[in-house]
Amino acid sequence: MTQKTLLNDTHRALGAKMVDFGGWDMPLHYGSQVDEHHLVRRDAGMFDVSHMTVVDLRGARVREFLRKLVANSVDKLKVPGKALYTAMLNPQGGVVDDLIVYYMGEEFFRLVVNAATREKDLAWINEQARPFGIDVLERPEFGLVAVQGPTARERVIGLLDAKSTEAVSKIARFAATEATSKDGVPLFVARTGYTGEDGFEILVPAARTVDFWNALLAAGVKPAGLGARDTLRLEAGMNLYGQDMDETVTPYEAGLAWTVALDADRDFTGRGVLEAQKSAGVPRQLIGLVMDEKGVLRHGQKVLTANGDGEILSGTFSPTLGKAIAFARVPAGAPGDVRVDIRGREVPVRVVKFPFVREGKPQDGV
Amino acid sequence: MSEIPGDLKFLKSHEWARVEGDGKVTIGISDHAQGLLGDLVYVELPTIGDRVEAGNACAVVESVKAASDVYSPVTGKVVEVNAALSDKPETINEDAYGEGWVFVVQPDNLDQLNELLSPDEYAELLEEEGH
Repeated sequence: MTQKTLLNDTHRALGAKMVDFGGWDMPLHYGSQVDEHHLVRRDAGMFDVSHMTVVDLRGARVREFLRKLVANSVDKLKVPGKALYTAMLNPQGGVVDDLIVYYMGEEFFRLVVNAATREKDLAWINEQARPFGIDVLERPEFGLVAVQGPTARERVIGLLDAKSTEAVSKIARFAATEATSKDGVPLFVARTGYTGEDGFEILVPAARTVDFWNALLAAGVKPAGLGARDTLRLEAGMNLYGQDMDETVTPYEAGLAWTVALDADRDFTGRGVLEAQKSAGVPRQLIGLVMDEKGVLRHGQKVLTANGDGEILSGTFSPTLGKAIAFARVPAGAPGDVRVDIRGREVPVRVVKFPFVREGKPQDGV
Repeated sequence: MSEIPGDLKFLKSHEWARVEGDGKVTIGISDHAQGLLGDLVYVELPTIGDRVEAGNACAVVESVKAASDVYSPVTGKVVEVNAALSDKPETINEDAYGEGWVFVVQPDNLDQLNELLSPDEYAELLEEEGH
């Protein structure tokens, strides 16, 4: 059965074109995906991401549990509110899901995982948590709104009470704090996102989510759909679970080496496979591609390199660059002259570093 | 939904065709089709002089979201293409039945167009697809 977020009627009233996304009825766009993309790069836009799954972990051994569950090191989390992007792996080193871990207190961590993998993730987390005596509690009673763009922070801060204004103005990137709106709504405000722009992701109690969305609308923040979210995140060089990585791919093969911490004395699930892969040589790599010719790179297209064939994972037209960009998984080694098979035609592409776009600007070499 | 011009004929796959005064046939995609695709970012045009068969793909329109083949409603020779679309593919979003035309065919046999849908029949098809 299709699930609906608290904002479903609101999206429809705003004229959204709705699509199924991982079993959820979500807005694709409210008129023009490209306009919404530019709005987030140049000003601010807001996304309903209430379909994402919030899971609270409580218990005396919760840090010890997370040291095992995820590939990045939660020992980096020392100040309450601090967040960490990471992946949880299966014993084969494959990615079960990517997620954000928030450090709330020594016996309380909060996870935000993907919507499309909700059931699998909850089953996996519960199973792994049992020996640690962790209380695993899903929190469906929240709405989640992402406000992103160069003016996003000031617009959100303008809706907060005096005390919260100061606290939220001071939160560092990839950190969060509790706050209260002028209307007395308790919020959890995180300076995180999936667009490559500054901004916040905000947890709102269910009963106040529509009001909070409308307050943002009144403050001049326009809505943006999943279509723009996808082009923004790919420009920002961010992976999408299920497309850029899954359970058959290690973080090293998915451009996520930076999220793996092989720190001493920490036996996280999948570590043995990652270490073996690292010493033997990682067989595949994720590379960024830009196509200067006209056309669009798409998921599933064949990629030809000096070391053999690979395929496009995420591919799209980049509204900021005005040309196609993509992630591709190809055999290890210098790829040489790379071409993509588009309807039988081999089109040359350039291998570039990603992010392709950061804070509104095309990156060097892109 | 914008008004469908009365002088057009349609394929079920959402292409339109218009017989011009000189017997040539102008072909494009319907306003409904551009709405489904969303913002268009690329059009792959046929080459002038190409032979096209009725029912065969001979152009591609791509939006941010998806690529879609454009089928020719008639057999014949491509005599003109809308080169302006290369730089401004969004013209199709703005004016699918006018400035957003895609190519022109000199048909072998105009009778082929009798098999296409009238504007009313096409509107009915859209109505059915909407349910």
